[in-house]
Amino acid sequence: MLKKLLLAGAIVALSAVPVLADETIGLITKTETNPFFVKMREGAQAKAKELGITLITAAGKYDGDNDGQVAAIENLIAAGAKGFAIVPSDSKAIVPTIKKARDAGLMVIVLDTPLDPMDAATATFATDNRKAGMLIGQWAKGTLGDKAKDAKIVLLDLATNQPTVDYLRDQGFMAGFGIDVMDPNKIGDETDARICDHEISQGDQEKGRTAMENALQKCPDVNVVYTINEPAAAGAWEALKAVGKDDGSVMIVSVDGGCPGVKNVEAGVIGATSQQYPLKMAAMALEAIHSGKIPEIDPKMGFLDTGAQLVTSKPVDGVTSISVEEGLKLCWG
Amino acid sequence: MSDNSSGSAVAERGLEGADQTVASFDESDVGLVRRLQGFLHRFPTSIPFFVLLLGVLIFSIAAPGKFFAPFNFSLVLQQVTIIAILGVAQTLVILTAGIDLSVGAIMILCSVVMGRTAVAYGVPVEIAFPLGLIAGMACGLVNGLIVTLLRLPPFIVTLGTWSIFGALNTWYSRSETIRQQDVEDHAPFLQWTGTIVKPYDFFSKTLGLDWTFLKGWVLTYGSVVMLVLALVVWYVLNKTAFGRHVYATGDDPDAARLAGISTTKTLIGVYTFAGFICAIAAWVLIGRIGGVSPQAGQTANLDSITAVVIGGTSLFGGRGSIIGTLIGALIVGVFRNGLALSGLELLWQDFAVGVLIIVAVTIDQWIRKLST
Repeated sequence: MLKKLLLAGAIVALSAVPVLADETIGLITKTETNPFFVKMREGAQAKAKELGITLITAAGKYDGDNDGQVAAIENLIAAGAKGFAIVPSDSKAIVPTIKKARDAGLMVIVLDTPLDPMDAATATFATDNRKAGMLIGQWAKGTLGDKAKDAKIVLLDLATNQPTVDYLRDQGFMAGFGIDVMDPNKIGDETDARICDHEISQGDQEKGRTAMENALQKCPDVNVVYTINEPAAAGAWEALKAVGKDDGSVMIVSVDGGCPGVKNVEAGVIGATSQQYPLKMAAMALEAIHSGKIPEIDPKMGFLDTGAQLVTSKPVDGVTSISVEEGLKLCWG
Repeated sequence: MSDNSSGSAVAERGLEGADQTVASFDESDVGLVRRLQGFLHRFPTSIPFFVLLLGVLIFSIAAPGKFFAPFNFSLVLQQVTIIAILGVAQTLVILTAGIDLSVGAIMILCSVVMGRTAVAYGVPVEIAFPLGLIAGMACGLVNGLIVTLLRLPPFIVTLGTWSIFGALNTWYSRSETIRQQDVEDHAPFLQWTGTIVKPYDFFSKTLGLDWTFLKGWVLTYGSVVMLVLALVVWYVLNKTAFGRHVYATGDDPDAARLAGISTTKTLIGVYTFAGFICAIAAWVLIGRIGGVSPQAGQTANLDSITAVVIGGTSLFGGRGSIIGTLIGALIVGVFRNGLALSGLELLWQDFAVGVLIIVAVTIDQWIRKLST
């Protein structure tokens, strides 16, 4: 009896251990906490289940943690993975490790943030952040109409060190709005009188509010606010509300397309946002590694554009956009 | 016998005309520097206070017309409220010669507990809010128990719990933001700390006082909560036995134990109290950003330490004050706001705050020399 029980117990215990599939694929993100990456991981998990493969996920400790990502790649090589998708924290410093992985026969697909040089990866699937910025710039210009030529613009950027995503969105917005951006890869060298202030929001709601409060002290008559992401936009809105500028006199535009952000478009807090698709990026990458086939990539771009769509409830002629309802179906977070 | 007595008489006679004082500190030829050192030893908050005044003066000149205005001062006050509250919690811990690296993580976890239970699970705010407070105290209690029972350095313990509370936050919040509108619909009480109050209107309406100097000030209840909290903690530290135990434990734990103080109970009490204050900070955070963001306040723990250190509280325990911490938080706020209004980049704000920290600790070390 006792033997039978033990045996039954052993069988149950053994069957509880997940059977490792033959094929292992990895996903390495910048951090564990950012909703963009959380959703990316969820998309990969769903895809891995569908394909019947084992997914190993890892992340850096903080945005910019290169060492953590290097260790994760080494572990994947040791685990005999077929390949992995990675959102590099440091697009230059990770390159030698990526080369080591590819030399070991792993397929490497870079997501969201291209490497420097881009061809160090097997392929890159990313959002065209400059285009994402361009869309909200064009929308803002179209919505303001004649008033665009004496707009007062505040820009809430990401960080002092201006990572790629920061200047691509910021400069894209300016180009879309019709501002001479000078150096297209640098924030702050513009001479257009309509730019009232640049502040750093760190993409955070609380710091976004503080940044907007300080900006309001410098530009009390602001009427256009560009924000690096939707949390910063939500923070800016709180600052505007506190001084009674939530009456529609100030237009906020943003980038990301997370569900809270799209709902804020619906509520009129954000005028328009450029939506990106992290779940799609991850799913496509897993599929490519699994099948060993990379979709065709436009050689001029150098990367596979996973798309950015403008979400707004007030479409503007000549600027392609989708409705809030469609945006909510595609949103993440 | 007689020889002896005559001998002592001789000895006494030998002392005639000599200084009769038994023992005393030689203060007659004390230099100005030494006097300043003594003054600072007795009034440790005087330096931060003068730095604050100096900062206000500099930026009034550097950013004319923008910085020196009641509305801008109230903005600075709003901007430093969260850090000042966390700083109050941090002061308690640092006074015991400890440090709490987990205050920011506790705050975010509590804000998620309050917001998520109220909005996602539809629990009445009368329950959700106290749950958040309990979560804060529980986190603090865990810190206190590990520090005392396992006898580990607070730095290590809270380094660990910072990570643990952070992971719990990511798991429980699922990294999802709760929007301002959702909090407004389900639990507007959580946003109460963000409500705007105009002191001039308040005093003129309720008391009929025409205090024109209050015109232009725009505060939030969050700032009021901060002031009340600081007052309560000041009272606890200065007027209760527990407060004396906190200082004694931090100054010399062995002496405190010999004097009959249970340093274990004091430490557990301090960490739990700090956790409770972090939960209050969570409430103020929700008021400030309207919603609940699991990503907010990533650097709040370090900012709180900065406020405490600049406010003149010694990292080596036993000396410092709540008022100093409030002034410390205001100094950081004034410098950041002032430099931003003067048009300087954020990196120079970081630079200035870094210099302030080092100067503050240097002064602390220098004052310490007097007592050793």
